[in-house]
Order: sequence, then C-alpha cells, then structure tokens
Amino acid sequence: MRIDRIAEPWGTRTPYGPGEQWPTRVDSYLADGLTADDVDRWVQSATILHSNGDGLDIAVKDDRIVGVRGREVDRVNHGRLGPKDLYGWQANNSPDRLTRPLIRRDGELIECDWDTAMEAVVGRARELLDEQGPSAISFYTTGQLFLEEYYTLGLIAHGGIGTNHVDGNTRLCTATAAAALKETFACDGQPGSYTDIDHCDVIALYGHNMAETQTVLWTRVLDRLAGPNPPQVVCVDPRETPVARAATVHLAPRPGTNVMLMNALVHELIAHGWIDRDYVGAHSVGFDELEKQTRAYTPEVAAEVCDVPADRIREAARIIGSAERLLSTALQGFYQSHQATAAAVQINNIHVLRGMLGKPGCGILQMNGQPTAQNTREAGADGDLPAFRNWSNDSHIADLAQVWNVDPMQIPHYSPPTHIMQQLRYVEEGSIRFMYVTATNPAVSLPELARIRSLLSQDRLFLVVQDIFLSETAQLADVVLPAATWGEKTGTFTNVDRTVHLSEKAVEPPGEARSDLDILIDFAHRLGLEDKDGAPLVKWSDPEGAFEGWKECSRGRPCDYTGLSYDKLRGGSGIQWPCTDEHPDGTERIYVDGRFWAQPDYCESYGRDMVTGAPVEETEYKALNPTGRAVLKAAEYVPPHELPDQDFPFQLITGRTLYHFHTRTKTARAPQLHRAAPEVWVEMSASDAADRGFVEGDLLEVTTPRGRVRAKVRISGIRPGVLFLPFHYGYWDTAHGSAPEGDDVRAANELTLTDWDPVSKQPIFKTAAAQVQRIATSTGPAPAPTTTGSAPVSGQVPPTTGGDDALAHEHVGGHA
Amino acid sequence: MKLDMAIEELHRSENHLVTVLTSMSDKHKTDHEVFHVCRDMAGWSRTHVAELARRGRDFGLDLDAEASEDPGVLAAVKQRAAELTGRRATPGLLLLADLRHLYREAAGTSVDWELLAQGAQGAKERELLDVAERCHPQTLRVARWANSHLKVTSPQVLAS
Repeated sequence: MRIDRIAEPWGTRTPYGPGEQWPTRVDSYLADGLTADDVDRWVQSATILHSNGDGLDIAVKDDRIVGVRGREVDRVNHGRLGPKDLYGWQANNSPDRLTRPLIRRDGELIECDWDTAMEAVVGRARELLDEQGPSAISFYTTGQLFLEEYYTLGLIAHGGIGTNHVDGNTRLCTATAAAALKETFACDGQPGSYTDIDHCDVIALYGHNMAETQTVLWTRVLDRLAGPNPPQVVCVDPRETPVARAATVHLAPRPGTNVMLMNALVHELIAHGWIDRDYVGAHSVGFDELEKQTRAYTPEVAAEVCDVPADRIREAARIIGSAERLLSTALQGFYQSHQATAAAVQINNIHVLRGMLGKPGCGILQMNGQPTAQNTREAGADGDLPAFRNWSNDSHIADLAQVWNVDPMQIPHYSPPTHIMQQLRYVEEGSIRFMYVTATNPAVSLPELARIRSLLSQDRLFLVVQDIFLSETAQLADVVLPAATWGEKTGTFTNVDRTVHLSEKAVEPPGEARSDLDILIDFAHRLGLEDKDGAPLVKWSDPEGAFEGWKECSRGRPCDYTGLSYDKLRGGSGIQWPCTDEHPDGTERIYVDGRFWAQPDYCESYGRDMVTGAPVEETEYKALNPTGRAVLKAAEYVPPHELPDQDFPFQLITGRTLYHFHTRTKTARAPQLHRAAPEVWVEMSASDAADRGFVEGDLLEVTTPRGRVRAKVRISGIRPGVLFLPFHYGYWDTAHGSAPEGDDVRAANELTLTDWDPVSKQPIFKTAAAQVQRIATSTGPAPAPTTTGSAPVSGQVPPTTGGDDALAHEHVGGHA
Repeated sequence: MKLDMAIEELHRSENHLVTVLTSMSDKHKTDHEVFHVCRDMAGWSRTHVAELARRGRDFGLDLDAEASEDPGVLAAVKQRAAELTGRRATPGLLLLADLRHLYREAAGTSVDWELLAQGAQGAKERELLDVAERCHPQTLRVARWANSHLKVTSPQVLAS
C-alpha cells in the first residue's frame, strides 16, 4: 500500500491489546520510482534523525543510497519508520556536502588538503598546550556521532590532553534526563523499556510531544489506543499537541511552573495514600523529607501558580495514583524549562512512591532527543567519565586510568566537567582559546545568538568545525573538516531504552570527506598523544577496534557491553545493555526488585543540591544512602527568572516540529520534509490574537530584551499568554549565510535568554518574556504544518500534504 | 533570657547576606549561573529576615520584615560594569574573592542559626525552634554552594 507519510505521519493503525505483541508493519521509501528489485544491496542500520533507534536497512544502487526500509525483526519499531527517516536520507546525496577541508586565509575560508588543515589544527593546539596548558582547549560534540567516536574523543580529551572542557550538545537535549536519573538512582541508565507501552494501563507524558519527536514510539501508543482496553493518557504541555488531543487529561501549565505542578501531584499521591509503603520503606531513603517538602503544595496552590484548574490536577493525580502499570515519559517541556531537574526528578519519585519500576508496563523513559545522545553520556563525551564512572570517586579514576594506561592525575576530576555554557563563558573571558566542534551547530542552537556569534567569531579563539555541511557555525570557523555521516561509516549507537544497534557503512563518503573516527585518531597521532609507557594513546584504527576498547572500559559498570560484538549485532534486532556473559541476550528491565546501582562505592553521582546545583559530598551521600537505595528528593518551587511584565507581556517558548531535526541541516535538504515546514512561524492562542485583531498569517515581529524575530502567525491551540517559535530555522539557506541581516531575522534563539538549570546545566529555552507587533497583514496562512502541534484553529488553511514524491510503502503484517 | 539578642543578631546577618548575595549577583552579571543562583538564594534570606521579624515581636523586638537592599541605580551600575569587563580575565579573580567572602558570611550566619536553635531548645521556644529548623538548612546550602563554586571555578582561573 502506498501512503503519503507527510500527510499521515504515523501511518496506518495496527491495533493491539494489553500484553499482546505489537503487530509488524514494514515501511519503506525508495526514490525515483525504484522498486525493491532495483536495489543492489540492503545495508543494516538504524534511524538517525531522532532518539527512537528504529532498525532500518539502507537501500544501495550503483553505490548510492536510494532509500530505506524498516527492519521487521527489530524490537524497537517492528518495521515502522517515521517521516524524517523515510525522506531524510536524501541529505546524504546533497550536492552541497563538504568534500574538502577549508582553512581561513585573509578572512576567507578556502579549500585545502588534509595535511594543511590538520597541521593547522594540531599546530595551534600544541602551541596553546605549551603556552597555557589543557585549560585552553575545549571540545563540543553532539548526540549524532557513533559510540566509537565518542569514546575515542573522550579518551583524547580527558586521557590525552587532560582538559576538563568536554561537552556535547546533549547538554541542550538530554542533560536533564541524565541529571534526574542521577539524583534518584545515583546513576544514569533508563529504567524503562519501549515494551512498557504494550503492558501499561496509564501513560503520563510530561512536556513530551512524543507524537512529533519520536513518531514511531507514538505510533505504538496510537495502536494501543486503537485496541481493546487502551491505556489512559495524562499529558502536561502548554500546547495542544497531538498528545494533548489524545489525552484523558491535559494539563497546560504556565511555562516555568512545572515544579509547582509536580509537587502538587506528589502531594496528592501521598495525601490519598496512593503509594506503596512497603516498597518505599524497603527500597528508598528520603520519604519524610519529600512528604515535608510537598506538604504545602495543594492542588489549589498549584492551580493559582500554574493556572490549571485544581480539579484537573486532582483528576490527573487520581489516574496516576490508581494506575496498576504506569509508564512515564518526559522531554524538553521539562528539560528545557525552569527548574528542569527538580521537575523531572518528581517523575522518578512518583515511580518510587508507587513501587512501579522493573516490571512490565512500569517504566520511566527520561527521553533523549538525539539518536546517539545515550552514547555521548555513557562513553564520556559530554564530560561525564566513560561507563558512568564517578568523577568524585578516586577509585573510579584509578580504574579508568588503568584501562587507558595513563597517570590518574592526567584525568581531570577535581570538579564536574565544564558544560558548554560555562565553556562559552571561558571563551568570553579569553581563557579557552581553542574549541573543537563536531557535528553540531551552536550558532543556531544555543540561546542568545547575538552573544554566541560574537564569542565564536573572536580572533583570539581558534575554532575547528567538523561537519558534513557548511553550517552557520562552520562559516565562523578557522578550519572546517569535512566529515562522513550515517551510511558512510560503521559504528554503533544506543537509543533511549538501551537498545544498541549496529550501523554499517553503505557507501563511500563524498569527495575527501572522512569519518569522524578517522579524523579524531589522526588528530591524536599528529598531536603525539601517548600513554604512560610512551605507546600511542589511541590503540585502535577502526570502529570495531574502538568498540572492543569500549567493551573493556564498560566491564562491570552499569552499561556493560562486554556480551556484545559487531557479529552479534548483525542480522537480527538491536540488543539492550547491560549485555554480559551472564545475560548474553541483553537486559530488558533494570532495577528489578528494587536493586539499584546507587551504592556509594559504585554509583555514578552523589547528587546535587536541587536549587543551587552544588554537588553533594561523598561523606554526606554515604550517610544518607549507605546501602544504595533510590533517593526521594524534591525542591521548592522558585519563580522563573524572567517573568512577563507590561512591556513584555507574553511568555515565549521554543520547540520543534515533526518534519525537522535540529537546525535542519539534513531535513531541509529533503524536499518532502522541507515543503512540509519551509519557513519559521509563531504560534499564538485564538484569544490573544482576537484581543489584538491578528488573523492567521499576519506577519509579526516578536521581541525580547535580546532581539527580534519576524514570523507569520499561526493561531493554534497553545495556551493564552504563551508564544511558540520552532527553533529549527537559521540562516544557512538565506542570502546572508551565518547571521541575520536587516529584517530577515528568523532564528528563535535570537530571543532566548542565557540561563540554565543549576543541576543539569541545561539551558532554559522555555521562559523568555516577549512582546509582539504586527508588521504586515496576512497574505495567506502561516507556513506551519496542520498535522501537528501547530494545527490551526481558525482560518482557511489547506492541510499539509506531501504530494506524489512523498508516497511511501507500507506493508502491514510482514515484508515490504 | 537573651534570645532577643540572638534574633536581632541573626536578623542583622541575614539582612547582610541579602546584600552580599544581590551585590555579588550584580557584580557578576556576565557569569550567568552566579547571577541567577545568587538571586534565588537571596530570596531565601529575604524570607528568613521576614520570619525573624515576625517571631521577634514575641520577644519585644521591632525588626524590619523587609530586607534592606541596594538601591536599583547602584545595582544597575554594578551590572553595567560587569558587562563592560565581561571580556576580560580579571573578573575571574574577583569572583574567587567574592565566593570566599560569601562562604565566610554564610558560614557565620549559619553559626548564628546554630546558636538561636540551641537557645530556643534551652528556653523550650517551639515556634522559634521551628523557624531555625526551616531556615538554617538554606543558609547552610548557601555556604555549600559558595564552597562548591569555588572548587569549580578556581582551576580555570588559577591555571590559565
């Protein structure tokens, strides 16, 4: 069957009931009218434009990628693919891929050979190491490389150069997921499995528009909702998203008040005795504190602050409190909001209070946004040490130093890793003078862009950008290194529910582009990085060698990969870690029977103060949690740091749409995805629009104390008083390249403020005070999709469709 | 009974802590975490000042429930100065000095709370003890934050 997957992002329903197997449905898309018979070979991989980790095969014809097909055998997707997967691969074949290194000469980036580029990079790094030491050097990576590359990068930065300045753009996406898990379970690692959707009777989605960010996971939910005995759905989101429309109860709090709402939900659970006292008594510490902390947060108090009816809060609490199998998920609505970690931790608390962990249907998915973000975290490229080692535990450092054969003193562990926002502060004051950026685009994705651009374009900063396109950030670089991407290199990556996939090389990268792993190893060798015996620090030369090295590093740690190999990952489904000799098929559920990884000598983190972010000291943690139970922790509500006033009466939140990923470097180069959401828009509620006499499609200027953006207005189901801007749109496909010019200003992050959660250090993108004015009256609807959270509530807006070249195949119940 | 003296002294030191925190926030506006966290913590001390003023009435004290603050103009001047020097390296050293100062002030105030709590227990003043039990942990958290932020900040300032 052929179906337009732009118009129908979740495809055809295959309903199923609780405890049943999710039916298969194999989705595929081949370009240019090709059929499966035309394909030369299919190469195993998984999806790369979101975090779901759907198994797929890449179709190759004449040594070019020509399409994709979902893997029926994969536990994650049972054959399904989302729109970004079906069409997004076309970006690989884009004619404007970077194919040669670039170097800045007399202010211009010009092509050069690899030797010239690498010698410039290594030369400057060496110069700074001699002059200032490792504090001058920083690395900022991504959630889109492969595990092998992160592990190698972490080794080079921590073990070789010895800098503490290592972070990933996972800081913007998944840092709070990790931080929240570390607070409750003293260790990263997802206590959920996607199959919890098959078993649960309640799903609570907190600031998680799953329908758009993980389309295939939402398809699984939709299929449960269409089947017998469907789960009830609780949704917390200020927008009327597809999730909100499917919800039994939808709570739309004021931005910045999540902690107030969550404290009230926990208050209700405790007040009604909807808790498992035996479980709490046996497997947790801190209940008395939690009870005390949430006592004052009645639904009435929360109703006032959050502007949500008290009865609706009670109703949500009752559904959660009477669930027999509760699945909870969270994403950016919590993670990129004020008091991010404190809000996300309350989700964990609910599961501990209800004893709903480690059993079918009872999971927490503190989601990731990016395909390989889990690996950034576990392999040590977000600054955390590899395999969830604890930077403040000397024996963990000694152990790691042994694995790497370096002096423990070489590995920085005197303080937490320098997160990107702090790195930028050091760039600003001039003590970081070399920044090596891999596969991310801070000149569009970080808050307060005018500041970011001015920092990154300083002469005193040597900026290296390794990417596949000349992004806004690459345009500011001193050296640009052309990289290979998914489909052009081999490696593994791990999704939210700990499923590890192998992604094999299908075709050669374009021109002289090289894999990130090759480039990093070349960098290490040219820099002469050695272990303590004088041998090369990086001991592998290919992905499989790096994977084997990583396996050793992970041995005995929570994310144990020692039972996995490339061979084992070939052919079948992805496999969930921990995977060891004792558990050769992986581990579907962790934290079974209240057994955690929280013992003081084993845990990854002792936690932090939930308001100030100050790390908890080892002695304190040992006294609090000597036997390694789950930690119940809560914070008081603190008002957001920027509140609306007369001049800036709106609260601005930024976010994403189903059809794009990050700064659109790939998705805007796939015609079907580009056409579905070609330009920036701003969402406003019908009542706010009516008050101002605005209609669908009016051109507005949105202003905050940091800047302004012009966008057509979509009158949507967003709550009154709030504006929404998608953050995907930068400048690479405008006339000016890397920055706005004149009135052509469209990046949402021109407007956001520089502020972050003190615990997770995740920047806050969802509480800026803003004003709007109309620049021109409507000449047609806003260029926003109608199928998603931006669905119109007024005016004549034609539905979003993909047209003939968006027809994908769908085969329910089997092979394509 | 000298509890009134202890309350008065604590009211003075919490008041001072508000000034130290807001002034530090203003001076380090370009260090965004310092700017925001100090303001959040100043909120705690403001509550402490109000609580002490309310409880002080039982002991014949007439204390101001509102913390005395920097006038807005002075705060704005400090913030502007911070922005103007944001591209220079010297603020790093100033930040270390200020964190050290804050640590000492918060630790001193914390000891004052200790004294008050002990006195309240001795005099069996339950409500006063409640105030101490509510407020003292937050003052301790200020000291811990100052100490931990010193640890985080100092390697970069001193080694570069």
